[in-house]
Amino acid sequence: MIYNREAFLERIARKLGRPRISEPVKRPSHWKHGPQWRTLAGATPEELLSVFERQCRMIHTDVRRTESSSLPDVLLETIRSYDGKSVICSDDPRFAEFGLSSLFATQDNPYGLDVHIWNPEKGKINIERAEQADVGIAISDITLAESGTVVLMSGGGKGRSVSLLPRYFIAIVPLSTLVPRMTQAARMIRERIERGEAIPSSVNFISGPSNSADIEMNLVVGVHGPVKATCIVVTDR
Amino acid sequence: MGIQFGDVVFYRRVDKGIRDQFMRSAVRAAQERMRTSRLRAAEELGDWEEWRRLGEEIRRHTLEHLDYYLEQLSDRVHALGGHVFFAQTAEEATSYIRDVVQKRDARRIVKSKSMVTEEISLNDVLEAIGCRVVETDLGEYILQVDDHDPPSHIVGPSVHKDRERIRRVFAEKLGYTGSAEPEEMTAFVRQQLRPDFLTAEVGITGCNFAVAESGTVCLVTNEGNGRLVTSLPPVHIAVMGMERIVPTWEELEVMVGLLCRSAVGQKLTSYINCLTGPKAAGDVDGPEEFHLVIIDNGRSDILGTEFQSVLQCIRCGACLNVCPVYRHIGGQAYGSIYSGPIGAVLSPLLGGEDLYRELPYASSLCAACTEACPVNIPLHDLLIRHRQKTAEEKRQSPLGERLAMKAFGMVAESPRLYRWGTKLARTALLPWEEDGVIRQGPGPLQPWTSIRDLPSPERETFREWFENRRKRGERP
Repeated sequence: MIYNREAFLERIARKLGRPRISEPVKRPSHWKHGPQWRTLAGATPEELLSVFERQCRMIHTDVRRTESSSLPDVLLETIRSYDGKSVICSDDPRFAEFGLSSLFATQDNPYGLDVHIWNPEKGKINIERAEQADVGIAISDITLAESGTVVLMSGGGKGRSVSLLPRYFIAIVPLSTLVPRMTQAARMIRERIERGEAIPSSVNFISGPSNSADIEMNLVVGVHGPVKATCIVVTDR
Repeated sequence: MGIQFGDVVFYRRVDKGIRDQFMRSAVRAAQERMRTSRLRAAEELGDWEEWRRLGEEIRRHTLEHLDYYLEQLSDRVHALGGHVFFAQTAEEATSYIRDVVQKRDARRIVKSKSMVTEEISLNDVLEAIGCRVVETDLGEYILQVDDHDPPSHIVGPSVHKDRERIRRVFAEKLGYTGSAEPEEMTAFVRQQLRPDFLTAEVGITGCNFAVAESGTVCLVTNEGNGRLVTSLPPVHIAVMGMERIVPTWEELEVMVGLLCRSAVGQKLTSYINCLTGPKAAGDVDGPEEFHLVIIDNGRSDILGTEFQSVLQCIRCGACLNVCPVYRHIGGQAYGSIYSGPIGAVLSPLLGGEDLYRELPYASSLCAACTEACPVNIPLHDLLIRHRQKTAEEKRQSPLGERLAMKAFGMVAESPRLYRWGTKLARTALLPWEEDGVIRQGPGPLQPWTSIRDLPSPERETFREWFENRRKRGERP
């Protein structure tokens, strides 16, 4: 439902000293200024990666680099470094592509991990499991070099809680998802809108662990969300 | 709490602020740190002036076409299965939200920090119908636990409190037994709030920006409480000031970048959460019911006036962090949830000129605020306009000031009276003098001398000095 719209908008138009706009407004496709497109323009993937790594350290996020073949080992090592016994991960076909199926086996896990894979059919149990899990694992959909950000798109097997409720968060960052900054991510999302596609109900730009500076401006991590975060960058092409 | 809080007499609030030595040093330190981080972030970005002009251009364009973009936004949200309520007044907004809560028979509500819900006194309305409303932003939570102490900064509402005060409040109100270490107190709050998130029936947030084209609401936080509030409860109500809108994701991105850098000096805060409608089919977490409440509450009266540019504001607080007046009196002295230079411009417009007539005078007009603003709002010009309006159009400057100026006019017009007056001034003010400075001046001087020193009138008036020099044969 939309309530009270006409009078509200009429008033705005009147105050602006003109009638209501009836034709679609042509938003300037080129604003006079466009500094956002110049940042890291023309940087190679390798350069973007080093910007990303540097920024991750600035925002208290551990960052590791690996080839696709050693990803399972590096991931297991990271989980163990967090003393992680229970794990929740999103249901993302890319996990299998990266050879993580045995690591994420939910029955008789060969590594002794208690693994839950987000399953919409199980409803609220997913959230309970996320709340109890030591570690949440998701794969970045778009990665922003400048700000050390992973972008997670929700939907189906990709629950919002995976990156939010567990004490530790691990993001797997395929190198191919790396772009200079939020500008490119926004453009990609907008292209989907222009094509008439639905966009996910939740798009999260995550830069490091949850933190706050509300007590005497002291930075404290893990106020509400994860206490620690790691990005594992994997070369995927 | 509404836009207004505290003592209604401005000078008394200022006096309280000036006397609070701890608050002053805490505010000064916070101000310094935020200002430095902002400058560093702007420098890292490069082309800062160009960025500001882009920010300004986007905000202006959106305001000029506000009815169009709001229509587009509401159509979008509706198409996604959400509800949109346009509220002309605070009462309309709160009664709609109350109805939504009552229809769900909800009692437990979690909120993430939002200025506009403070502006419309939403918590009071919900508490009056028996709801428990928990502020989940750490700074807001501290204020709420401390008997609803008013905020003193737009971005860091509790910057005026030190760790020991916070520890004491937690101990008294929540039975906290730990130390005053920020880490330990934060961990305690985490434990306290987790069950609230998991059991809340309604989550309420503000809206940093809404995207017209996609119907998206964007929340900018560091703590992630905005994510919890919008992921776990079955109902999400987002409340937005009608001007907080951008055309598309491409402008959203620019504004978010400007906000994060200007507010806290970060490239992006830890969480930028973009929500489009209620949860989609197949989603487990996320709200099944989504309401967007779009609030006017006096904003449309600013459109088309000389103050229109104030609606460009993105609530980053950068102007507070450079303001010498804010530094001395603290945010609570403004008596409005909107403090600092932006508060001095905005509060009289939204909260009523009668209530906030003095605020535009709480400025040195040094223009540091204008220079710091990421969207080029000419704040100090707007402060002068306010003063002009008060002085000229309304002819309602405070009575004492008018009488004093009138008397000064009479005296200054007559050379003899003027000579007599300036001689007399020194004798008349002697009781208040201390080391050549008037400390707690009488009558109309009091507000001035309580804030800063007023040198005593010279023993020798200028005319006497001139005469004496002439007599001594010195060349003028």
